[in-house]
Amino acid sequence: MTSEPSAGLPGAGKTVALFATCANDVMFPGTPRAVVSILERLGCRVEFPPEQTCCGQVFTNTGYYPEALPSVRTYAKAFGDYDYVVGPSGSCIGAVRHQHAMLAEEAGDLGLAAESRAVAARTYDISEFLVNVLGVTDVGAYFPHRVTYHPTCHSVRVARVGDAPYQLLRAVRGIQLLELEFADQCCGFGGTFSLKNPDVSRAMVNDKARHVMDTGAEYLVTGDNLCALNISGVIHRNRGGIRPIHLAEILAHTEQGVSA
Amino acid sequence: MSTQPPRDRDGRLTPSPPEWSTRPALPFPEAARKGLENEVQRANLRHATGTIRTKRANVVAEVPHWEQLRSAGEAIKNRTLRHLDQHLETLEASLTRAGATVHWAADAAEANRIIVDLVRATGEHEVTKVKSMVTQEIGMNEALEEAGIAAWETDLAELIVQLGHDFPSHILVPAIHRNRGEIREIFREEMGTYGTPAPEGLSEEPVDLAGAARTHLRNKFLRTKVAISGANFAVAETGTLVVVESEGNGRMNLTLPETLISVVGIEKVLPTVEDLEVFLQLLPRSSTGERMNPYTSLWTGPHEGDGPQDVHVVLLDNGRTNALADPKGREALRCIRCSACLNICPVYERVGGHAYGSVYPGPIGAILNPQLRGVGSAIDKSLPFASTLCGACTDVCPVKIPIADLLVHERHRVVEEKKRHQANQFEPAMMRAASWVMADHHRLEAAGRASSLAGKLLPIRTIGPLPPPLSRWTQNRDVPMVPEQTFRQWWKENRDERA
Amino acid sequence: MSARDVVLGRVRAAIADVPEPDGPVDWTYGRATGMPDVVGRFVERVEDYRATVVRCASGDLPSEVVRALGSTGARRVVLPTGTDERLHRAIREAGELSVVVDDGSLTAADLDAIDAVVTTSVVGIAETGTIVLDHGPGQGRRALSLVPDRHVCLVRAGDVVSDVPEAVAALAPAVRAGSPLTWISGPSATSDIELSRVEGVHGPRTLWVVVVDD
Repeated sequence: MTSEPSAGLPGAGKTVALFATCANDVMFPGTPRAVVSILERLGCRVEFPPEQTCCGQVFTNTGYYPEALPSVRTYAKAFGDYDYVVGPSGSCIGAVRHQHAMLAEEAGDLGLAAESRAVAARTYDISEFLVNVLGVTDVGAYFPHRVTYHPTCHSVRVARVGDAPYQLLRAVRGIQLLELEFADQCCGFGGTFSLKNPDVSRAMVNDKARHVMDTGAEYLVTGDNLCALNISGVIHRNRGGIRPIHLAEILAHTEQGVSA
Repeated sequence: MSTQPPRDRDGRLTPSPPEWSTRPALPFPEAARKGLENEVQRANLRHATGTIRTKRANVVAEVPHWEQLRSAGEAIKNRTLRHLDQHLETLEASLTRAGATVHWAADAAEANRIIVDLVRATGEHEVTKVKSMVTQEIGMNEALEEAGIAAWETDLAELIVQLGHDFPSHILVPAIHRNRGEIREIFREEMGTYGTPAPEGLSEEPVDLAGAARTHLRNKFLRTKVAISGANFAVAETGTLVVVESEGNGRMNLTLPETLISVVGIEKVLPTVEDLEVFLQLLPRSSTGERMNPYTSLWTGPHEGDGPQDVHVVLLDNGRTNALADPKGREALRCIRCSACLNICPVYERVGGHAYGSVYPGPIGAILNPQLRGVGSAIDKSLPFASTLCGACTDVCPVKIPIADLLVHERHRVVEEKKRHQANQFEPAMMRAASWVMADHHRLEAAGRASSLAGKLLPIRTIGPLPPPLSRWTQNRDVPMVPEQTFRQWWKENRDERA
Repeated sequence: MSARDVVLGRVRAAIADVPEPDGPVDWTYGRATGMPDVVGRFVERVEDYRATVVRCASGDLPSEVVRALGSTGARRVVLPTGTDERLHRAIREAGELSVVVDDGSLTAADLDAIDAVVTTSVVGIAETGTIVLDHGPGQGRRALSLVPDRHVCLVRAGDVVSDVPEAVAALAPAVRAGSPLTWISGPSATSDIELSRVEGVHGPRTLWVVVVDD
């Protein structure tokens, strides 16, 4: 019998299925890569079930329930066999936990609803998985920069990750975490809201971007890349020089650089 | 019998409402633009909602069992609504026993007919009003004006709105969109036409403005014979109505006149007196951010030797049973009109209440109006989408209405309606196509490959301003170019092969 | 079909899906809220509303009331029927005040010409700084404590309860007996202008509370 290289690490013996989320897969691949890096560093075995697609939120939240169902089915099928499903998005994770069973019920598919409920109970945002499941706040990260954190609405009020992201950030070596004014107010993205109510969305994101720029940070940290895309789009247009970064990418960063 | 008050320059008894409020409401995105462009209003709203949010947070934090209270409020309201017919019959019997006359109204027109007839029977040509959402909902003031009866608002904010030929923009503070300077101008220009004029040299200090309102309304209170109120709660077992207020205008109206007509939405009923202990804690802390509002009045029919002896109650449906019939939508009927959801809402804060095309603005309005009125009109179709679904409203609601979830539910209703009536539209077609992609990971992978190919081939790193409709996004935001490799591709190269 | 039948019919149709029976409401009614000094908290919370609060022994009550009326600048004062005779005499004998006892015939305009009213109360609520009148003897009909601009209100320390639930439990019998209630938390106020609280709109602009220790 050989001893596992992960023995003694908090993730030892845990197999984690990565839910990359469709937006991160295509637009922000560095984020799921960072999740892989952190989890492997902590001793988890990471798998990527290739059948996965999307949380379906863009359909659900626009009112297209039947159109969301394929995503619900795909999710239950891809992740049904895992004890832990982890993704880098409070919003997508929130949608899985809060909406999938409801959508199945609305469609009259009670079997799928039960499956969805079961897999939702084993689905975590990366921040809460680290803090609440692995019991780790110091993941060995090093990030010698000024950052400010925007707690995205769905991470706080749907996924309810609580202060896990702050605990993780405070434990990063070299980091300077700057307070963001009106942090709890929405950035105005809201998925299709930004297209259906573009004027209101712009007014909101302009305010959010101003508050972020007022911090003097080098990086804007979030747990949801699409919110960050929204805010940093304005900052970039205004040559604000603050770069968006996902919490996982900071946590993946060590004094040796980024592995994985 | 009173003489009719004089006519104003428009030939009316009371100030005319704004012309726009009499036309069909614009869809929310268009109406919102007007609100956004009003810089003064935006500054006023930012200040006012910021103030009230802080006050609410402070007094809620004082109550260690706040979550338990919210759950109790939710449970009591749910239990009551589940047996609403029985509670309404009990309420009717109790009111009748207490000496009040009960009227039923299926809709706004019927309620207004009843009220006009009741006022006419007194021979009076004017009434004073307690601030009441439901009388605004049914357009009672205009119905009375058409019948030759002047209805005077007596709540300070409602007075500002009425004298300003304006429309309420908030449930609790209808003139929240006005600042002190604007209020002074309204008082100076309009008070004299409709009664006691504003004093000479009126300053814009709130205490002086409140003093001017006191003086203006005092004569009206002293001479009024008929008052009209709503009710915050109606206790079924006793027939007791409850009005929660701040200024004392409510008490004036409930106490001094000879006739009192109260219009009560059927969802206002509570089974027992004891249930009030929950709601008299939840409401003031959630609405004005006070431990208790200055005045709360409870009355049970006419009381000998004290207050109006001719007491009427109009029980109103006006769409409430539509909401009740929707197992999800009925949750909105728990609403106690505190306006905490308006005050916390980042959309409301920026666009103001008028954009919602209803006396019920903000997040609660975005679900309540489509429930009460259906999703037929342009405004009611657009209201459920007037939210980023940030969920702040859900967290502050004192009766735990899952507002964000209900917004999604209403969106679903709107989309179903759209699919029924217009088959080949852009959005449903897009959604069907995207849904097809998400049904099978091979399709998503193909889309990802196309995207990363574009990332490789196109020689740009940032996408700047684009033509419409993409300009909706890029008017103020740059977008980074898609990366050259998807995560899936990376995984295949770096992990799958290793495994 | 009457409107009543229409509305009740719609209600019944709307809730036809509701299964019986109800689950219990997880709430215990009428509980006290724990606090070290109920009357002390009451005084502090009433003062938070910018009302004046004084405490006195019952023997000093008449002189405290006379002092209160004098301090608020009142000239004409109305007393409800049922006002304590000792108090009534003290106010009358103070000399500077003209005293009217309400016999029910005073009109709103009459009351508007009166500066102050002195009433008792039935319940004080510590947590919220609220005083409740059920308009029994000594408290007057509702207009009395509303139209005059100064309200001197007497609260027996023994009538002060911790919080709203205890108060509602104490007041429920009066409501069931048909009495109107007025809950008063500080002077008349508004937050309608820019959400800034301003004391004094239509109700009494001065609230002077005398807490009488038994």
